Amino acid sequence: MAAATAVAEATVLRHRTWRSRVSVNNVTLGFSLAWLAVVVAAAALPGVLATDDATTLDPTRVLTAPGEQTLLGTDHYGRSVLTLLVHGARAALVIGLAATLLGMLIGSLVGLVAGYLGGAADMLLGRFVDILMCFPGVLLALVIASALGASTTNLIIAVGISAVPGFARVMRGQVLTIRGRLYVEAARSAGFAPGRVLMRHILPNSVAPTVVLATVTVGTSVVVAASLSFLGLGVRTEIPDWGQLLAMGQPYLAGAWWISTFPGIVLTLTVIAVSLAGDWLRDRLDVD
Amino acid sequence: MTAVVGIQDAGERLDGDPILTLDEVSKHFQVRTSTNPFHPASTLRAVDGVSLSIERGETFGLVGESGSGKSTLGRVAVRLDAPTSGTITFDGQSIENQGGEQLRRTRRQMQVVFQDPLGSLNPRMSVGSIIGEPLRVFEGLRGSTLTDRVAELMRSVGLDPSRAAARPRALSGGQRQRVGIARAIALNPRLILADEAVSALDVSVQAQITNLLVDLRERLGLTYLFIAHGLPIVRQVAQRVGVMYLGRIVEVADTDDLFANPQHPYTRALLAASPVPDPTVRRERIILHGEPPTPLNLPSGCRFRTRCPMAAEVCAQVAPPVVQVSPTHTVECHFAETSGI
Repeated sequence: MAAATAVAEATVLRHRTWRSRVSVNNVTLGFSLAWLAVVVAAAALPGVLATDDATTLDPTRVLTAPGEQTLLGTDHYGRSVLTLLVHGARAALVIGLAATLLGMLIGSLVGLVAGYLGGAADMLLGRFVDILMCFPGVLLALVIASALGASTTNLIIAVGISAVPGFARVMRGQVLTIRGRLYVEAARSAGFAPGRVLMRHILPNSVAPTVVLATVTVGTSVVVAASLSFLGLGVRTEIPDWGQLLAMGQPYLAGAWWISTFPGIVLTLTVIAVSLAGDWLRDRLDVD
Repeated sequence: MTAVVGIQDAGERLDGDPILTLDEVSKHFQVRTSTNPFHPASTLRAVDGVSLSIERGETFGLVGESGSGKSTLGRVAVRLDAPTSGTITFDGQSIENQGGEQLRRTRRQMQVVFQDPLGSLNPRMSVGSIIGEPLRVFEGLRGSTLTDRVAELMRSVGLDPSRAAARPRALSGGQRQRVGIARAIALNPRLILADEAVSALDVSVQAQITNLLVDLRERLGLTYLFIAHGLPIVRQVAQRVGVMYLGRIVEVADTDDLFANPQHPYTRALLAASPVPDPTVRRERIILHGEPPTPLNLPSGCRFRTRCPMAAEVCAQVAPPVVQVSPTHTVECHFAETSGI
């Protein structure tokens, strides 16, 4: 008896150390969350983080290196790169979040219906998702964006639709698993209507992977949106978003590397931070 | 027809007032036995022409080994699955072809207590909302009326109402099964299918849950279809027992009669395999050899003949007749009346 308990305890301990090894450790997570807080703050209150104006041109400080007059240098119009980055955060975040939300809603609905109904509905929706999946995400977004024309809404739609197949696949697979669980059977045997079984018993137990995928998708959506902007399919505004900033710095890369490099670093850090936060969320949501 | 409502003592029989009647019910599955896509699917006869009648207020025990089709029969009886053929009459109504809203309405009258207590409870719902869900949905209870009724149900199955906010994961196995039982009785059903409801529990907890089920039957006038794989537990709760082998009920009798006077060689083997808590008792051991044949390819004649110690030539040629040993005791065996009474 005592031996059995000791063995059980040892198993639990081994399990815990194993988990902490694969999980995001606290320091990395701290940095990630802190970085995301900075990005969100920049998007919400750009005026606080960058005091000078992002639209004022200053010919006296064109293409100055980082540290000379401003922390991250200036572009060919004399605007501070830091200021541009701070002001570009809002566009990046809004597009990333809205596109993810759109992709998640459509994709999850498709997956939910396909997984629950099965049969012909599953086949039809599955083929539709397969067609979307044939194209790489960026290419799909590129096609949609060029067909719809450049505007923030169209950019969100383009990036959002490119995220649909992922959400549909994940939700369908999850619903197929949960649909066979005994408590779903119990709900059916109690005489509950299919809508209730789906919304109260299947959906709440199927969302965890979707939430994790959503966090990762926010990151990739920011990148896809930036890529489209880089290619000139984004929104043309006075204040460039991160993708445009990258594109803008390209001709000057040999002499003024800072215009493209810092947006690249910021973009990379944001995507990494978002996916690490997603990993952490997955561990927290894991009930099974 | 005697209309009997509610309570009835163990052992007493009520005749002619069945709540659930199955007539020649079969459930066949088409299964692929070959990877060759042109090979026709085989028919698996999980339940093969079972007739059975459960009286109002009684506990009908159904025993049989794994794969005998007892769970499938239970699922078909409460229409969790549709039968392939045969008729099912519940409370005077034919239900074998019901579907949609009509079937959902019937199902509220027949609830299920499942074998795996944790698996049958939604991990994201609290105990209170699991028990209260049918009351919310079908009786429209809300607020304090609902919490009061849930607390009352929890007390009646021996749970502390203060645990209503707990998740199923936080409870012990026995407590979880009590939650499953509370949910099943919430809408005052007529019939409860207990599908190996105590098999997954510790022996001491098994006894508690069994006593709870017996107690609830007497208090609420419930009828049980009680499925188990061992005879001892059935002896404790059931007034009548059916023994199932390879998709057919091979012997049905009152519990005492079945234990005192088993007619089918399979029933005898089952009885001989049950331990008796008395070391001085010497019993005849009947050892069955081999595994039961697959229900994909049943033996000719009697389906038990391949393992039967009494098998003769006739068993391979003719399916055994249903022999009426007494008005309440039937058995499907060629040697029923002559075999060692």
